[in-house]
Amino acid sequence: MRKISLKKIDSLFSAIAENSVLYMPVDTKTGAKFEQWENGKELSDSLNTVRSAKDFFFPQTENLMDFKVEGKKIEVIDSRSETEDFVVFGVRACDVKSFDVLDKVFLAEPQDSYYKNRREHGVIMSLACTKPNETCFCTTFRIDAAEPAGDVVCYKTDDAFYMDAKTEKGKKLLSALEGITEAADDTAVTEQQKLTRERMSKLPLASLKADAFGNGKTKEFFDRPEWKELSESCLGCGTCTFVCPTCQCYDIKDFNTGHGVKRFRCWDSCMYSDFTKMSAGQPRLTQLERFRQRFMHKLVYFPTNNDGMFSCVGCGRCLAKCPIQMNIVKVMKKLGGNSNG
Amino acid sequence: MADIKEPLIPKIGVVTDIRIDTPDVKTFRVVTPDGKKAFDHKPGQCAMLSIPGVGEAMFSITSSPTNTEFMEFSIKKCGCVTEWLHSMEVGQEITIRGPYGRPFPVDTEFAGHDMLFVAGGIGLAPLRSVINYCRHYRDRYGKIDIVYGSRSMQDLVDYKEIIDEWATDAGVEVHLTIDREQPEWDGHVGFVPNYVKELGFSTDKIAVLCGPPIMIKFTLAGLQELGFDKTQVYTTMELRMKCGIGKCGRCNIGAKYVCKDGPVFRFDEIDELPDEY
Repeated sequence: MRKISLKKIDSLFSAIAENSVLYMPVDTKTGAKFEQWENGKELSDSLNTVRSAKDFFFPQTENLMDFKVEGKKIEVIDSRSETEDFVVFGVRACDVKSFDVLDKVFLAEPQDSYYKNRREHGVIMSLACTKPNETCFCTTFRIDAAEPAGDVVCYKTDDAFYMDAKTEKGKKLLSALEGITEAADDTAVTEQQKLTRERMSKLPLASLKADAFGNGKTKEFFDRPEWKELSESCLGCGTCTFVCPTCQCYDIKDFNTGHGVKRFRCWDSCMYSDFTKMSAGQPRLTQLERFRQRFMHKLVYFPTNNDGMFSCVGCGRCLAKCPIQMNIVKVMKKLGGNSNG
Repeated sequence: MADIKEPLIPKIGVVTDIRIDTPDVKTFRVVTPDGKKAFDHKPGQCAMLSIPGVGEAMFSITSSPTNTEFMEFSIKKCGCVTEWLHSMEVGQEITIRGPYGRPFPVDTEFAGHDMLFVAGGIGLAPLRSVINYCRHYRDRYGKIDIVYGSRSMQDLVDYKEIIDEWATDAGVEVHLTIDREQPEWDGHVGFVPNYVKELGFSTDKIAVLCGPPIMIKFTLAGLQELGFDKTQVYTTMELRMKCGIGKCGRCNIGAKYVCKDGPVFRFDEIDELPDEY
């Protein structure tokens, strides 16, 4: 493990930024947001960013390819380019776990080369939580906020940053920083982890369990009458899907610039009525079906296809952002029975 | 990066022939600009066709894999992309990517069996591929029955091929029907599910259905009345798709994605899925 005094934090950031583009959460008028670091920018103290970190690998909008159209002729222009190396600093345990979920989708054969390229060039410096709040429930999905995954795991104490490399990428990054960091034992980190885990165990959602859901439970939950009541007030605004670190549904759309056609991939949402609408009909007619789809996917379908891995990391963003205060926790409590806290 | 394969980046296809099948169905022949087949496929698989600037949509490949020269797509005019495709002239380039999906088990579960194909309207398009595959490898299958119905005589897709080629094959029996009487029609009149029951097939065969949901529902019920088990009956499904590779997230029925786990399903497999299609 290496450490650096908090007073020298800027020298750490500028050393990282020398070799790679560096992003980190900074405070803005609209909340904490990942921004490219430059001299003078300070790491946000907030627990989490408003938007998740999925943008780094799966941006909200991206240009997939271009077309040149002349008369009856079409030319496909592969506009992909190698991403430059980048470091994302300060990713919380929940968001780091969300990358595993996204990997299951985008790195399954046939692999998505746009996503893979960014994954290969990105280094994750995660940041352990110290003050998880009442919307946090990462423990439900066996995530330890006190010890996130990532290429380099960082811990911020009152006077220092501790850094522990977990992967080859992480080791390479830390060894390049040896000149400004010093070797450290893990006493302070262990102490911090103990406190954080104690705090986690006292949070209101600490006893929420996902055990009732998972692999192969489609029949058990699909026709449950509770979906009606749960979905009744859903506005279908899609906010939950946009702030969600694991929601990855996308649309592909063409835009004619007047000088050619650009094909884009954009985030889409299963909460929207036109998501599944086709000329032959609409399999998800009302908001009940769309609402059910989102939660069944996270709690049942995804685990069925991915060895039990849930497609929720308990970050709590949907709890904070849903305009009608409906969320996955309420769904789990209602459908999962009393044993679910 | 350009040397790394990307499934979403399509190839160019050239439309070399357009056949008008019915007032709203045309069959397009597609090859690569150097005159070859864009890729190999198996019966029941699909391809994404697009017109840059208009959109991309999934279509079943209606030609048989045994056709090594070109691919064909029978397409009904019913939306933005299909309307544009219908306005094309020969020589127009489009984009094509695929093949996608799980095909009909023609070399395994179908092998050695009598086959019953039941189609309604444009539902013949995906079945034409497997029918012609079975006709090509005639000795691998037993008797072939084809029940095909449409709204009117003018709405029967592939009519010429059915009459000139399928109906004249030894061991192939074609049963056509239209919904309502027409002066120039001397064949059967009535809906497909009823006709299947009237024809009263023996149950020692495999049935493959494709058509409007209501036709599928009642034909399946009719076949069950005749004694067919769901494990003997197959269909091919259709839901909205954007990627074709199980990632864009919209064509799932429960945990199954129609684009990669389907579009071909056996009815006992469909029983395992939630009722949302």
